[in-house]
Amino acid sequence: MTFMESLYLVAIGKGLWITLKHLFTRKVTIKYPEETREVSPVYRGQHMLMRDDEGRERCTACGLCALSCPAEAITMKAEERKPDEKHLYREEKYASIYEINMLRCIFCGLCEEACPKQAIYLTTSKVMVKASINREDFIYGKEKLVMPLDMAIRNTQMQTAH
Amino acid sequence: MDQSLIIEKSIFIVIIFAITMLFAMYETLAERKIAAWLQDRVGPNRAGKGGILQPLADGLKLFSKEEFFPNTPNRFLFIVGPAVSMITALMTSAVIPWGDKLHIFGRDVKLQATDINIGMLYVFGVLSVGVYGIMIGGWASNNKFSLMGAMRAASQMVSYEVPMSLAIIALVMMTQSLSLSDIAEGQHGWRWNVLYQPVGFLIFLVCSFAETNRTPFDLAECEAELIGGYHTEYSSMKMGFYLFAEYASMFISSAILAILYFGAYNYPGMDWVADTLGANAASLIGVGVLFAKICFFIFFYMWVRWTIPRFRYDQLMKLGWKVLIPLAIANIIVTGVVILLFDK
Repeated sequence: MTFMESLYLVAIGKGLWITLKHLFTRKVTIKYPEETREVSPVYRGQHMLMRDDEGRERCTACGLCALSCPAEAITMKAEERKPDEKHLYREEKYASIYEINMLRCIFCGLCEEACPKQAIYLTTSKVMVKASINREDFIYGKEKLVMPLDMAIRNTQMQTAH
Repeated sequence: MDQSLIIEKSIFIVIIFAITMLFAMYETLAERKIAAWLQDRVGPNRAGKGGILQPLADGLKLFSKEEFFPNTPNRFLFIVGPAVSMITALMTSAVIPWGDKLHIFGRDVKLQATDINIGMLYVFGVLSVGVYGIMIGGWASNNKFSLMGAMRAASQMVSYEVPMSLAIIALVMMTQSLSLSDIAEGQHGWRWNVLYQPVGFLIFLVCSFAETNRTPFDLAECEAELIGGYHTEYSSMKMGFYLFAEYASMFISSAILAILYFGAYNYPGMDWVADTLGANAASLIGVGVLFAKICFFIFFYMWVRWTIPRFRYDQLMKLGWKVLIPLAIANIIVTGVVILLFDK
């Protein structure tokens, strides 16, 4: 090492210059929730419980999705269909309470693969789970998961149109 | 002592205390923000607009934590440790000249709390006592790691006081006075001391990093090696006091650096301003200039912290005793020779 090098002053000066340059570069932080990160076009996130083309809920509360979930995020309670609810549910057993705990869900899609009725899908809606300060807000119930009726009506209309 | 002098000095002291506290508080925010910007990220920006109220949030958090006493027989010393640190950090601000004379209310108000003629010696004395705060804290914690940290910090601070004082001796040889206000007045206009004593400035700068326990000399409190060093066992406001004392002493060190070497409240063109806008305006602009210099040095402290890695203990001791002291002595000799040669 030369004498000037062993002073380390030049090396320190160069280091300080590099740090100073970083002071003026663009910051990589994404200021959530004002800004959100971009997701790829094939991203599949938000779960949805599907209806068939007559508007009846497909889910029969068989529990295979809950069984296959590696994070144990799904819980449900089954009930028997009353005679005057024939237009609401496809089969005699339906899920009266169906909850997915979004904090546990890892979005793996195993529930989608396991469902025998093709009732639950991870959709391409790109809607992220909303941040909150309570744990209860992250337990999504049926009102957040079941496909809205007007969406089902539109699907049926599009499929049956010529 | 006449009445108005007492009132004037009391008001001045309160103002200085408030400014020191304010600066130390916002230094905590500045540290986090500057650290973030240097690392390509944004610092705290949620508390208040742009994070301005973050220090208040931090203070509130520290106040609301549990007051914890470790299993130590020295409860009195445990409480006294941070108190000593804080007191010595604040005491130095008594002799700092914040500006030139202001002519208000029909009297000449000197912008300095006390103008003792051994100002520089007072500063060094208080700085030396500041070591006690860390040592007492480390000892009273009844904890091996705290003691190690405190020992290392104490030896570091003591061994870097020597080259600091030697660098100042060369400066005092030049300015013929130990009083801080004389040193400040001698740097009128462009004649800042850094131009006459560059090596002295460098030595003083390095030593002031060591005295305030700032990176690269912060092995007393580095988390990787010593958990928390001397402040491991502290919680709540006592911990807050230690951290605050570090920031306050950083502020005071920057002030001393600016005053001794960078021309205190002088700026080029001050005579022109005094002639056109009046002496009071020139003094006020001088105060602003001093604060700008202090802010620059505080930024420099933080800039260096996030650039340079930490010294190992033996490297630190070697630097202090085997490199800086010979350099400081050589500086004195050269200064003496130059003064003799150019003695008119």
